Amino acid sequence: MPGLSGEGHAADEGLEGRFRSGRAVLTVVLAPFVAAGAAPLLVRLLGHRASFVLALVPAASFLWLVARTDEATPGILESTPWVPGLDVALDFSLDGLSLIFSLLISGIGTLIVVYAGGYLKGHPMLGRFFLFLMMFMGAMQGVVLADNVVSLFVFWELTSLASYLLVGFESSKPAARRAALQALLITGTGGLALLAGLLMLANAGGSWRISDLTGAGSWIQDDPLYLPILILVVLGCFTKSAQWPFHSWLPGAMQAPTPVSAYLHSATMVKAGVYLLARLDPALGGSPEWLWILTGIGGLTMLMGVVFALLETDLKLVLAWTTVSALGTLVFLLGPTHEPGAKAAMAFLLVHALYKGALFMAAGNVDHEAGTRDLTKLGGLMRVMPVTFATAALACVSMAGLPLGLGWVAKELIGAAKIALEDEFGITVIAATLTNLMLFCVAAIVAIVPFTGKPTEPAEHAHEAPWSMLAGPVVLSSLGLVFGMAPNLVADSLIAAATTAVMGRKATLDIVLFKAVDWKFLLTLATFAAGAVLFAFWRRSAARWRAALNPTLDRGPDRGYDHAMAGLAALATWQTRIWQPGLLHRYMAASFAVVTLAVAASLARGDVRFNLSFDGGRLIEWAVFAVTAAAGLVAAFATTRLLAVTALGMLGLGVAMIFMLFGAPDLAITQFMVETLVVVILALVLIRLPGFRLSSRSDRPRWLYGSISVGTGAIVTLLLLGVLAEPFDPRLSEWFGATAVPDAFGHNIVNVILVDFRALDTLGEIIVVFAAALSALAAIGIGARARR
Amino acid sequence: MEVPLALLIGLLTGVATWLMLSRNLIRLLLGFAVLGNAVNLLIFTAGRLTRDVPPLVPLDAEAIEGAFANPLPQALVLTAIVIGFGLLAFALVLAWQAYVRLGTIRTDEMREAEPPGEVKP
Repeated sequence: MPGLSGEGHAADEGLEGRFRSGRAVLTVVLAPFVAAGAAPLLVRLLGHRASFVLALVPAASFLWLVARTDEATPGILESTPWVPGLDVALDFSLDGLSLIFSLLISGIGTLIVVYAGGYLKGHPMLGRFFLFLMMFMGAMQGVVLADNVVSLFVFWELTSLASYLLVGFESSKPAARRAALQALLITGTGGLALLAGLLMLANAGGSWRISDLTGAGSWIQDDPLYLPILILVVLGCFTKSAQWPFHSWLPGAMQAPTPVSAYLHSATMVKAGVYLLARLDPALGGSPEWLWILTGIGGLTMLMGVVFALLETDLKLVLAWTTVSALGTLVFLLGPTHEPGAKAAMAFLLVHALYKGALFMAAGNVDHEAGTRDLTKLGGLMRVMPVTFATAALACVSMAGLPLGLGWVAKELIGAAKIALEDEFGITVIAATLTNLMLFCVAAIVAIVPFTGKPTEPAEHAHEAPWSMLAGPVVLSSLGLVFGMAPNLVADSLIAAATTAVMGRKATLDIVLFKAVDWKFLLTLATFAAGAVLFAFWRRSAARWRAALNPTLDRGPDRGYDHAMAGLAALATWQTRIWQPGLLHRYMAASFAVVTLAVAASLARGDVRFNLSFDGGRLIEWAVFAVTAAAGLVAAFATTRLLAVTALGMLGLGVAMIFMLFGAPDLAITQFMVETLVVVILALVLIRLPGFRLSSRSDRPRWLYGSISVGTGAIVTLLLLGVLAEPFDPRLSEWFGATAVPDAFGHNIVNVILVDFRALDTLGEIIVVFAAALSALAAIGIGARARR
Repeated sequence: MEVPLALLIGLLTGVATWLMLSRNLIRLLLGFAVLGNAVNLLIFTAGRLTRDVPPLVPLDAEAIEGAFANPLPQALVLTAIVIGFGLLAFALVLAWQAYVRLGTIRTDEMREAEPPGEVKP
């Protein structure tokens, strides 16, 4: 097993120096959970204004994180014991990669909380909403800041859970419930794979700390378990980040209230998979498998998402599909494990979070104020919603990759990454260029279609959103512009720092906004032009494309999910029918068979001797045995009631005779009396039942049930012979024999045991028989009343 | 005679199992009665067999001289016989009442609790 000591650590010298004893990072993670607990109470006290109080929590985290940007390289490590017995600790680390994610989570989180206060103003479940939202925020901070495999996984699953609760927030809508369950099942299944992968990784590396596992280079790739680990981890990341073919839950998750879509399903949670891929890149990345899986699936997802975006009419679904495409782009960029790719990924991550967050909130404003988000019904909103339009337009500048937006910078970096790949992957360059082209077209659709042209019917009664719903989009889209014009504000502090963490070595970034008029620049211009042409075509014939393509392209995996769920239900029904058929004889057969097999197994395993000694016996004994056995066989196969009752009586008398022969006259007397009573009661009951035959040949699986019966009998015989081979301990019997007369003044030892030594048991027995008699009387009484 | 008795007990257990696997409630209860007898014999035999000497102390003695039948399993079996009888009598009344209510003594037609063809999630 490749160890983590020695040369591995040498590459990451100074790791020890990164440790801090503080609890600051822990506070960043835990504060939203505390706020979540307080949220319902705050909403009860302050109404929707509680959002301002709650927003202080992520805002404070954001400011603290901004102040720590300089320390992100090499980073901060913290450790707090959690389950010391299992060696599980709350280890947290803050490096460049964590920092960029954590800043997005707290920064966008602040804006989203304020936005949600306006968007869901007056909603009866607002307190619950903030509870879920803040819980998600804490969990998401936990995912990106955790430095322990186990706590990472726990936070990871918590985000899935919070997503389930938030997508299904409008729980009276069946579509919301279905979408929530689908999201949970897909990400949850991936989570299980991830757990297995992470445990195998931690086991192979001999450490639970992620910084240990990733700080030691790519040792794991020599391990025979590398491929299984890679596949399991990638499954977890791909389901979380909605890569093909697991993407279908993300458009479905648009059932959530818009603040949730903006926060979880575009800016943060869906990026968790990307985060983990980037985090584990130093250990897992760089192999051909990694390259092919990430570049292939990422590229496919990238292209597919943007094509589907062009075919949607719902503004939120358009954005959701471009999110799928963006996630594909991020995975695609992480595939080659080289510095240009990582840089481009980190830049695009930031750009996408800014513009997509702004666009979702703008779309939410449109939906909220105009009452619809159907592109075919919207138009002319520019005049009534000027601020929303301005933010959407600004965000789309970034999305389209036009100059002045931060998108331009990311586009340049992606271009550089593609060129670094070009010699091997000509086709991926084409795919990425096509994606850019269509993304340009989508950006034009989102910025132009709802806002320009003749005001449609929804636009007539629409008005601008309140300021709480404008703050978020304004800030995010302006930041895109500011960073776009002065990229060095984020180039070193965020993007280069994150790239350093991903690549495991120092990365620098010099952004030149405009290089020269070379073929790359011309290609960019051509892409814009082609995108504009595509948009013109889209305006004219999108309806026809939808009619032609939607039935065939329509969400194969989504239908696959439905089939899988139906199959699961069918499987459950099928096996329930087998195990729980509602037939008493099947339950009896299963019980007898299991007990018999269990006893047989333990007899076969243990070193059991059997007593086979035989003293010949007396004639009377043989006669009684034979009569009893015959009576038993007759009772088993009797077809008339009279014969069965007679055989049963005969059998009882035989047993009484056996008691007699072997020194138990008390038992014999009791047995005689009881047998008589049983026959009387049986006869009384049978007289009241209609004429029927006791058995018929088609009654049951005769051979199977016959074998179970024979087997049970044989096992009981073997068990008894085994018991008889063991040495007998006569101490109790001798003690009773010696003390019966002196202590209890009785000469019948059995009677003395029953009425003296074990008197309380006998009292209990009397009570049981009494209760049985009472119950029988009551049942007969009820029956008599029922017949009247 | 332990070995033949063990075989007899096995036979009775098999008979009881066979009867209890029936769909006919009365046969099931007959099987139950047979099983009670088989188990009583099993306990009795497991305490070892002693011929003809019941665990009775002679009237003029303080204790029995020599070997005598083991009284402990006898006390257990005595209890078991009586309890088994009470249970059987009650079960028979229940079976009769089931017939009065449901009009059948076949267990596969008694489907009130788990109706056929319906699997509840």
